[in-house]
Amino acid sequence: MLAKCPTGIQGLDEVTDGGLPLGRPALVCGAAGCGKTLLAAEFLIRGAAQFGEPGVFFAFEETANELATNLASLGFDLPDLIDRRILIVDQVRVERSEIQETGEYDLEGLFIRIGYAIDSIGAKRVVLDTIEALFAGLSNEAILRSELRRLFAWLKTKGVTAVITGERGEGTLTRHGLEEYVSDCVILLDNRVENQVSTRRIRVVKYRGSTHGTNEYPFLIDQDGITVAPITGLTLEYKVSDERVSSGISRLDAMLGGKGYYRGSTILVSGTAGTGKSTLAAHFADACCRRGETCIYFAFEEARQQVVRNMRSVGMDLQPWIDQEKLRFVAARPSTYGIEMHLALMHREIMSARPSAVIVDPISPFLEIGTRNEVRTMLTRLIDSLKQQQITALCTNLVGPERMNEATECSVSSLMDTWILLREVESEGERNRGIYVLKSRGMPHSNQIREFRLTESGMEILDVYLGADGGVTGSARAAREAGEVMDRAARKQAVDRKRLIAERRTRALEAQIALLRVQIEAEEMAVAEAIEDEELSQSRTRRTREQMAGSRMGDSPRAPVRGPEADTTGGTA
Amino acid sequence: MESKQPPDQAETAPRPDFYDLRLYVAGQTPNSIAAFANLKTICEQHLAGRYRIQVIDLLVDPQLAHGDQILAIPTLVRALPEPIKKIIGDLSNAERTLVGLDLRPRS
Repeated sequence: MLAKCPTGIQGLDEVTDGGLPLGRPALVCGAAGCGKTLLAAEFLIRGAAQFGEPGVFFAFEETANELATNLASLGFDLPDLIDRRILIVDQVRVERSEIQETGEYDLEGLFIRIGYAIDSIGAKRVVLDTIEALFAGLSNEAILRSELRRLFAWLKTKGVTAVITGERGEGTLTRHGLEEYVSDCVILLDNRVENQVSTRRIRVVKYRGSTHGTNEYPFLIDQDGITVAPITGLTLEYKVSDERVSSGISRLDAMLGGKGYYRGSTILVSGTAGTGKSTLAAHFADACCRRGETCIYFAFEEARQQVVRNMRSVGMDLQPWIDQEKLRFVAARPSTYGIEMHLALMHREIMSARPSAVIVDPISPFLEIGTRNEVRTMLTRLIDSLKQQQITALCTNLVGPERMNEATECSVSSLMDTWILLREVESEGERNRGIYVLKSRGMPHSNQIREFRLTESGMEILDVYLGADGGVTGSARAAREAGEVMDRAARKQAVDRKRLIAERRTRALEAQIALLRVQIEAEEMAVAEAIEDEELSQSRTRRTREQMAGSRMGDSPRAPVRGPEADTTGGTA
Repeated sequence: MESKQPPDQAETAPRPDFYDLRLYVAGQTPNSIAAFANLKTICEQHLAGRYRIQVIDLLVDPQLAHGDQILAIPTLVRALPEPIKKIIGDLSNAERTLVGLDLRPRS
């Protein structure tokens, strides 16, 4: 395994799989003005300041003062590092007009200077920028070449990691063929202008004994030095979260399986102009800040102040979040940079702020500066890097009324986990807004088109109103709702009336029942009286007969009804 | 190199045509030895009595390489008269050396 020397330059260590080859020289070549000196200087400065490796900078083209000034504009304090004796800047001046050559010589003087500088601070890193200047100052190329070969071999024996810069030549990597001598690692820088937009790119041409990214990667030079855009992961491997985060709109959360987005997922919100994409995005940013997390809002169409003002009109104040540094706005015109530069810029912001959510509002203008394929590549890289870090991303996309961007949408949408469509529903002379979840990976989600309104208290998703002919929106919905209220009232009246009638009937029947009951009682009484009468008359009749029999002295007659005094023991006749 | 000190130091007050020369070497390499010998011959022939040669061995004093911007070894520096001139190599070509020292016009 080849030992590596980390450059500390954002992104470059990923491309080179750990840094430059340790203890060996590496060649950085490119045309004038593409950042060779800066890359070399940053390698050295970060080595000294971050990795505790002192460094020596041999400047063949600039004076130490010029170099200090140039690097100060990029945020590096060269004099401080020099004062702390962890950095030496030595200027090597070769002026052909002052020099006469006669006979044999070697470059031992240069070796001694480099060796002396290395030994005096125990340097681990060396930069020779640009050693090709020697070719301009000295005419004996044969000596130069053999001495350079000796120099690079000697640097290896000194155990320093060296960066040699070289100007790009016609058809060769360097004008004087330095790549012949420095062949362990060759990095090519490039600055191309396409469609009037210049983009810097970096490519590792060669790296002996190490895997490395082989593509061209855009990079950026700004006040923090060099940032190389993230490289696409070779594999689709990253942690996924089961955690859910709120969209900021509870009814939208409900539509998304009841819990909102997945943390670390990517959400695409597309819709025609004025459908509320930014508002939806701002809701998410707001919810994110409310949870105490941080969010970066990349605004490519509106200035920060304008977004803040507009969101106030829907009852959302983002300013406090900005003041508390929970929300960071990065506004830029899409046409300012090339698409890859934007990527590098965004990447740098994300790496320095480490937010938990990112909003890109919108992604559509990138189509103006790049082809569909480029946009897709850029987004893939961005999303890849965001997913690695479990950052939830919400991108908005403006689509034309005829959905002209559909192809792009399709190519982009496959990168997205959740796709929310905002659309206008036109009917009966009005335009109303509808929202639906077109897809949402890994969760059950609503299939309904819901109407929403942008109210003074934010985005409000309304109840589903389904008529016979599908969803109804706007005043049609209001009319339908009013109609329903009236219907309900009418039905209630009808029911009340029926109930009244029924009650009356019941009362009437109950009255009848009472009457009948009285009649029954009367009948029963009559029957009972009749029975009593009958019994009375029967007993009277028997007594009369007994009296008659007694008077006749006859035996008692067999009475059909035994009287109480009937005597069965009486003598027989 | 038998001596670090140039032989002729009679003139302490620099005359306008006084030559103050420094020869930078790195140890006793064949080139350096040849350069010193060649220089001595030329000076004796053309600058007798008005020159001084200072031999600086960078192996001994590496820090001195910076001041005169020394890369090549051997390097002869004409510190006086001004402007500074540099001649690199073993000085085997006397004509070129004389041109380099401004003792002969460039042809």
